[in-house]
Amino acid sequence: MASTTAPTSSQDTSTFAIRSENVCRHYKMGETLIRAVDGVSLDVRAGEFVALLGSSGSGKSSMLNLIAGLDRPTSGSVIVQDRDLAKMSREELAKYRLHVVGMVFQSFNLIASMTLLENVELPLRFAEVDRGKRETMAREALERVGLKARLDHRPSELSGGEQQRAALARALINRPKLLLADEPTGNLDSHTGTEIMNMVRDFNRELGMTVVMVTHERALAERYVQRMVFLADGKLVDDRSNSPSAGGQG
Amino acid sequence: MKIPDLAELALRNLRESILRNSLTTIGISVGVASLVAMLSLGIGLQQMASRRLVKSGLFDTIIVTSRREMRGMGREEERNGPIPGESRVLDEPARAEIDKMPNVAEAYPDIRFASELRFDDKDHMSVIAALPQSAKSNDAFEGMQGSFFTSEDASEAILQKSFAEELLGKTPALGASEPSVVDLAKPLLGKELTLVYSQRENSPPPPLRPDSAGGIEVAGASYSVVSREQKLKIVGVADLDPESMRGPTRAKVFLPLKLAEGLHVMLPTDLREISRAASGQSVYSSISVRVKNPSQIQPVEDAIKKMGFTTFSILDASRGLRQFFAVLYAFLGIFGSLALIVASVGIVNTLVMAILERRREIGIMKAIGASDGDVQKLFFAEAGAMGILGGIVGVLLGWAIGQVINFGTNIYLKRQSLPPEHFWAVPLMLVAGAIVFSFFVSLIAGTYPARRAARLDPVQALRYE
Repeated sequence: MASTTAPTSSQDTSTFAIRSENVCRHYKMGETLIRAVDGVSLDVRAGEFVALLGSSGSGKSSMLNLIAGLDRPTSGSVIVQDRDLAKMSREELAKYRLHVVGMVFQSFNLIASMTLLENVELPLRFAEVDRGKRETMAREALERVGLKARLDHRPSELSGGEQQRAALARALINRPKLLLADEPTGNLDSHTGTEIMNMVRDFNRELGMTVVMVTHERALAERYVQRMVFLADGKLVDDRSNSPSAGGQG
Repeated sequence: MKIPDLAELALRNLRESILRNSLTTIGISVGVASLVAMLSLGIGLQQMASRRLVKSGLFDTIIVTSRREMRGMGREEERNGPIPGESRVLDEPARAEIDKMPNVAEAYPDIRFASELRFDDKDHMSVIAALPQSAKSNDAFEGMQGSFFTSEDASEAILQKSFAEELLGKTPALGASEPSVVDLAKPLLGKELTLVYSQRENSPPPPLRPDSAGGIEVAGASYSVVSREQKLKIVGVADLDPESMRGPTRAKVFLPLKLAEGLHVMLPTDLREISRAASGQSVYSSISVRVKNPSQIQPVEDAIKKMGFTTFSILDASRGLRQFFAVLYAFLGIFGSLALIVASVGIVNTLVMAILERRREIGIMKAIGASDGDVQKLFFAEAGAMGILGGIVGVLLGWAIGQVINFGTNIYLKRQSLPPEHFWAVPLMLVAGAIVFSFFVSLIAGTYPARRAARLDPVQALRYE
């Protein structure tokens, strides 16, 4: 199922993976209107590794949620693979999240009551992949992130690094075109953080995945990303390319 | 998501908070048990009532009369049927025809007449009725002393209790205690009783017999009335209350059917049917038709009506009874369902709690691609699983409660020296129905929580720490 609905890279006609035009996300908190994202126009090319940088409250996570289809803009448009997310139904957005996007979070967000294998398998259940095929795919994904020995463990029995690797395996199981990471190393020590970032970079390089990462650590971004986008108060304030210093390593 | 996946995830989630979900499921079980218990009682009572009625010989009997008898009564079937003048005569060929109908156990003429009976040289007037051998199983003869007729044409008689009192001169004074049937039967059983009656004799040859009481001649047909005597052996004394007697048992002396037919007693109807009687065939004022199963009364009755006769069956009366039971079912059902409805509120509560607890989990599922429908179905599956489990446990519980009550009541009945009764019935349909009902009630209860879970905003849910 996943492979039939998810477009493959060869189908990409546009050079842009993501195009946002004057996108706004406002919401009310009590009497005050909060402009979380306020008129951001951003194009991301297919295969690009981009970091969204800014202090907390700058709107970088809100922007990521809009690209992920978890939230819908108040105005403007977010076009991914020629389709405007703002115009999709809830059902279509769920399909988009399932097949086009893979997400990793700062707090890993694995389901505590499930083993690693079950966690990684979960998106395949939503995609209605056959049971037998599902398990093979999930095993392979976990082997790829080096968790072969931990298949039947629950997340609470693992270290943070291991949990984030499992989350990466889950994000990639449906072979998405887009990997969105929200502070993926925020809860990790620098050693395991590097480990995770190397994996993300490898996926970007080897699988040709477009990666958008939210972080407030400029140093981390400079080591890995090709482009840095700075946000402040919901607005895009700077956009510059970067030569990743860690590019040659790993 | 596919159904097996849904079921698997739902059961896993139920296991995660096993105590709370078990308590909710027990609540449903109690609701289903009360529903099953109530309805089983209703069904059991109805079955008991109809068993008693079938035994009474009322439920399976149709009384057939000629329309000529009912002339001018203006009943509905009269108006629908052929006009009275063209209707058939209820004679022996008609009886034989009805007797051969499918589902008819037997059709026999109702013979009932008043006559004189001599016992110990004293004359007594009484109503005499003929009974077929099948009347033996009728509950009217429960507690009878002696035995039933040895054969259809034996010269035997069964006396009704009050007539036995009369013969023995023991009619109790008002308010005095009644003598028991056993005491009455002792001096009477085996004794001889003489029936003095008027016989109708078809008399084609004109010369009237000198000893005849009188001859009647109408339109070429004629018969004589001859006074006859018939000796009868008393074989039984029935413990019947004449006031409560019904249908065929409404008489004081009973004769075997074939014997009574052979007597050719002069009946009041003979005067009217005189022209028809010329054929030499017996003509009856009414016939009792017993069907094999009470449920076949209606088709048999319709078939007989088509033949041009008027029918009456207790089915008309049983309609009222069925209506009573319909109301009883509704009543018991409502009371039984109340507990289930209370239990379904428990489901709503449990699932709303689960949403609050699993808020983050729902957010995660949505972030990795679960649709609103997937989340909704998952909560529905959890509600449904609780409903089915609760239903199964509830049916077992209800069945057990019924067994205990039945057992206890039968001990009580035994102490009161009454026969045990099976007034508890759990038909398979009720078992299946209760589980399905429980399932659907649970789904309805799950509607609100499922919808609420489905509409949960993933951004909000994931922000929660």
